Order: sequence, then C-alpha cells, then structure tokens
Amino acid sequence: MVEATSDTVKMGRRLIPKQELFAPGHRACAGCAEALAVRLACKAIGPNTIIVNATGCMEVVSSQLPTTSWRVPWIHTLFENTGAVASGIEAARKTLVKKRGIPDGGTHVVAMAGDGGTTDIGLQALSGMLERGHDVLYICFDNEAYMNTGIQRSSSTPYGAATTTSPAGKVSIGQVTWKKDLPEIAAAHEIPYVATACPSYPFDLMDKVTRGLAARGPAYVHILSVCPTGWRCNPELAIKVGKLAVDTGVFPLYEIVSGVYNLTVNVPELKPVSDYLSLQGRFRHLSPENIKQIQERVNKKYAALRERVKLTHEGIVV
Amino acid sequence: MHQNAGGEGKIAKRVGLEVSIAVAEAVKLADVDVVAAYPITPQTHIVEHLAELVANGELDAAYVPVESEHSAMSASLGAAAAGARAFTATAGQGLELMHEVLYAVSGMRLPIVMAVVNRALSAPISIWGDHSDVMSVRDAGWIQIFVENGQEAVDNVICAFRIAEDKDVLIPTMVNLDGFHLSHVIEPVTMPDEAGVGKFLPPLSYPFALRPDKPVTMGGFAPPGIYTEVKKGQEDALENSKKIVLKAWQEYGDIFGRYYHPVEHYRTEGMKTLLLTMGSYSETASLTIDRMRDKGMDVGLIRLRLWRPFPFDEIMQAVKGVDTLIVLDRAISFGGQGGPVGSELRSALYNLPKRPKVIDFIAGLGGRDVSPDDFENIVKRGMEMSRTDSIPAFQMYGVKE
Repeated sequence: MVEATSDTVKMGRRLIPKQELFAPGHRACAGCAEALAVRLACKAIGPNTIIVNATGCMEVVSSQLPTTSWRVPWIHTLFENTGAVASGIEAARKTLVKKRGIPDGGTHVVAMAGDGGTTDIGLQALSGMLERGHDVLYICFDNEAYMNTGIQRSSSTPYGAATTTSPAGKVSIGQVTWKKDLPEIAAAHEIPYVATACPSYPFDLMDKVTRGLAARGPAYVHILSVCPTGWRCNPELAIKVGKLAVDTGVFPLYEIVSGVYNLTVNVPELKPVSDYLSLQGRFRHLSPENIKQIQERVNKKYAALRERVKLTHEGIVV
Repeated sequence: MHQNAGGEGKIAKRVGLEVSIAVAEAVKLADVDVVAAYPITPQTHIVEHLAELVANGELDAAYVPVESEHSAMSASLGAAAAGARAFTATAGQGLELMHEVLYAVSGMRLPIVMAVVNRALSAPISIWGDHSDVMSVRDAGWIQIFVENGQEAVDNVICAFRIAEDKDVLIPTMVNLDGFHLSHVIEPVTMPDEAGVGKFLPPLSYPFALRPDKPVTMGGFAPPGIYTEVKKGQEDALENSKKIVLKAWQEYGDIFGRYYHPVEHYRTEGMKTLLLTMGSYSETASLTIDRMRDKGMDVGLIRLRLWRPFPFDEIMQAVKGVDTLIVLDRAISFGGQGGPVGSELRSALYNLPKRPKVIDFIAGLGGRDVSPDDFENIVKRGMEMSRTDSIPAFQMYGVKE
C-alpha cells in the first residue's frame, strides 16, 4: 500500500506516487495511450527495478542518445529478445546476490514490449522465459500493429482493421485474421499471474502491475494501448476509445491468478461494438455485415470468459 | 607450448581429457556466474559438462537452458549487463542465429566469453568442421582467437575472460576451436591450478552494471549525429585491445609457463616460403613442414592465433623477406576473392613496397581432412605457382572431379 506523504497525490480514493520514473519530455505522439500506460505502470513498479525494453515505439520515443526518459536502470538491445535478456538479468541478479553478496533489496525485473515484439517476433523468447519460471514481470503494450515502422499489421491487429500491410481494398476488408489471444497463450504456461489492462482504467492497471510484481515467478500483463496515429482516431479520444474497448467487451479486463479467472471490470450489459469501431478510421470501411461478424465473435468470447470465471471459481479446471 | 610448468611453483599434472570437457573445466576455473546455452553439435559436450558441474554444486552458477542460440546470447547479454561473468558456447548455425546479438553485445561493450566450436554452414547440412561460421561474424566487433589443441583451448578460455573484462577493453571475446577434430578428441592437458587462475583473473567488476541505486540507460538509439562517433570509439577500443591481449598472454605465461602470440612461428627462420594456417589443422601442417624440411625443401609455418584485432604488425614482421605466402582457408567468400583469410592477408600486405605473393587455397571444408600429403601438395603447388605471373585469386584443393 502506498502511504500518504508529500510524495503522493490523492486521486479519488487512491494515493498515487508523484514521482515520474518515465520522465516527461519523451517524443511520443499526441494522445499516445501507450506512453500513459508506461507512466502508470512505472508508478506501480517503483524505483527498485530494472526495465528491459524491446525495440519499438517506447524505445524510440524515450532513449535518443545522449538523452533518456528513464529514471530507473533501463536496457534496450533488440526487437525479439526481450524475454531472453530479462531472463539473463534475473538469473544474474539471483546468482550475484547468493554468490557475490550484492545487496538483494528485492529488485524487480520488468520486461516491456509492444505487440509486434511480443505476439510475433518475440513470442519464442517470451515463451522460454515463462516456461523456465524466471521471476520477471513481462508487460505487453498492445497498440495492435507495428506503429513505430508505420502501422503494419501484426498478429495482434484485430479483424477488419486497415493497416499499411493489411489495407482495405476493393476485394479485402483489411486484416482477415482474428487477434491472437496472447494472455491465453501466456496462461497456458501455467504461470502464477496473467492479466489484461487498459490505461482508461488506470487503477485497475496499476493494481495488476502490482500483483504481477508480487507473484513468485513469471507474470504477464497485456495492456491495450490506444494509438490515435495508427487507429485513425482523434488524439483527445484515446481514453474514451480505450474505455469503449472494455465496455463493448472487445477487450475485457480480467486476470488469471494461479489458474483462477477474475473479471476485474465486470460489464453486465455490453455496449454494441459499433460504438467502439465507429470512432476509428481503421474500421470505417467495414460493412454492417462485417460489424455483425465482429459482434458475434465478441459475444461468444465474452460468454466463454464469463464461463471460465464461473468454472474456475467453482474449482472446475477448464 | 607444452612445458609442464605449474602455477605457484607446483608441478601441474597432465591428464587425458576430451577437449570439450577441458574447456568446460576451464570455464569452471574462471568461476563464471551465468551460463546460458543451447545444444548444437559439435559444441554440446561443453555445455553438457557445465550443466553437470552446476548440478553437482561444483560450479556456483546459474545455468539457463534457453530455447535458442539467439536467446543464449541475449540472456548472456542480460547477465553481463547486470554485472555477471557470462559464458556460452555455440557452433555453425547457432552462431548464425546469434548474428545480430553479437553486434549488440560488442556495441554495448559487454565482456561475454564464448567458445565457438567451428562448424560448416547449411545447406547442405553438415555437422563437421570448417571456418564458415566464424568468418561470417568476423566483423561483429568481437576479439577472436583461434586455438590449435586442447591445451591452447583451456589456456585461451581463461585468458579470454581476463582480456574481455579488462577495464580498458570491455569487448566480448570468442575462442575458436575446430569441431570434432579438436572438440571431440582426447588430448593430454595440464589444467591450471585454482590459485594461479585466481591470481591471473580477478573477479569481474563491470563498471556500468544495471542497478537501481545507480540507474543507467543502456542501448539507447543513436541519431546520425552520434552513431559514427560511437562506432569510432568501438573500433579504437578493439584496436587498442591488442596490447591488453599481449599483456594477458605474457602474464599467463609467467604464471603457467605457456606463452601465446598473435602470430606463432614454426621453423620460419630464413625461409622464403611460408605456409599460413589457423586452428587445429596447424598441427598437421607442422608435421608436413618437418617432413619437407627433412627432404631439403625450404618452407616454414606461421599460425594466425589472433584474428581480431588483426595483427598487422606481427604479420608484416613475419613476412619480411618472404617471397611466397601460401594460405589455407577453410571458408569461401562466395563470388569474391576466395578465402577470407587469404584476401585479408593480400590486402593487408598490398601497400608494402616489397611483399610476398599470396597464394590462397581453400580446403578442409565440411570436416574433410587435410592430410600431411595434402599439405605437401598444397605447398609444392603454391611454390610452383609463385614462379609464374598468373596467380588466381584462390583455388579449391582436393575437389573430386
């Protein structure tokens, strides 16, 4: 628990650390919800940490030599190896504490990567890190395409979205595959903690980062990060679009604690997906038929998630 | 090279060991903190033995059984960045899979040590030895050493840590040993004693380690206004590392009685024709030199031990007064000047007012033996060709027609 001091600020009923470990002055686009998500995550993580960052938007906006936005030890190396670099750091720290007597102090190792660096090119290294049980919190900041290189589709791009490599055209609706479900893939490694989050629900996000850090062993938090540049939406709508992703059931907020599912933001009555899709230029070409398809898929997946919550709470393994 | 001098005045014992096992024992003597490794023939025995040493509590280290070589080098990178002494080993395709990580490691100045058990590259797949793998990463910014036998492998693995970790170096270092021909043979090896190694190799104290009480940003991106200067600094550091390499080899020799040099000479005194080899085939070559000298033919042998930084001065010194330099290359630079070693030597010598003719033979690919007879043929053919005016860029020796 954060205690009320001159270093904290009260927001609603919550106390938030004032300290910005991800410093202002970075070069993210206007309305970048990923930068906000990183900022919030860093408040939950605190200064006693080492951050391992994949190549991607956050590396580019925060680390132009000779400047840095990072007030914690931070390392970027390549695109696809974040899980492996984090594994090496965690293994090294453990050994150095035991063997060379460096102070332990409970330093966290946190890996950060985008959806390309996680669901595509970095999936193998992530899987290795999770399978080997490294005590690392891995956070995927998912803006649903390769935004840094100019909005190319990834396996995390949703069905029907137009990107520069899945353009909508006379014979194509854009992305023709459904979004890869990385939280479920992470959960299949039977790690102690998996969660989804969105900066439009900031306290939920920070709580999940905190719980991920507290887990003994690997934790995976998948954060939907609205990208106004790539999603073709008004930058001032970033928070609203993120909230609609949750409220329509397109991106449910839940966690899996040692195999038990919790819907942390329960939406009893889902809003229609068109409320979410219509604010974004990347979906504007979709026909009512396409939107119906998406609605049906969301209904089905949300129902399945509710079912998992119910069954795992009743102790029935699914 | 084979004196039985022990450290600290003791007589060290010579034992018969598989070279891979001896390399792993040397890594244990270096007291590494992290080994991240992935199996690939013919390197596997090294990391298997390290896993065993860790499992038996004989080596206090984290053994990270990663899911690929890319991750082996990446995890080693992370470990080194956290201030740990890191070792890994690979071969052939594994080195290729590590390729981009090698550049990141050297660019970030992380002193990782790696044994490369040299293996041919696919396709066609071949698990046997040549130098195609390491030659494809020759520009990766690592210090690169070639060894000839088990003793040299053991000694140079220990030296590699000392060189890489020197505060004036901080450059990753690879020790190349030939797949099977060296890695899988049992050789007499004198293991250095712990006290001597302790004296020679102080504990690692990496000055920029990732730690919360002293935050650093590592691996930021460089705009065009900075990138060139960073690379110049890296090149200067690699060039300057040579004097540390020489110092480390000297001190190692003073403790253990075995001295190493960037270019090793074998019966070169007064010779107008020299053969140049790298790695384990040098031992066969030296037998050939003895045989040819017995027959009254004037030829000596030089062996290139230090490949990066390239020992320009020592090479120039070695070829002073030499008319013909015959090179054995165990890799092809496709569509180019032939073998990488031959073409580098030719270009290193080009601006000398008086330089030898460089005659480049490619042989020993994919594990094919180069016998003493083959070496004799190569030398004879090289000598004949040097008397003509038309010397090809390279020739492949022993191709079945």
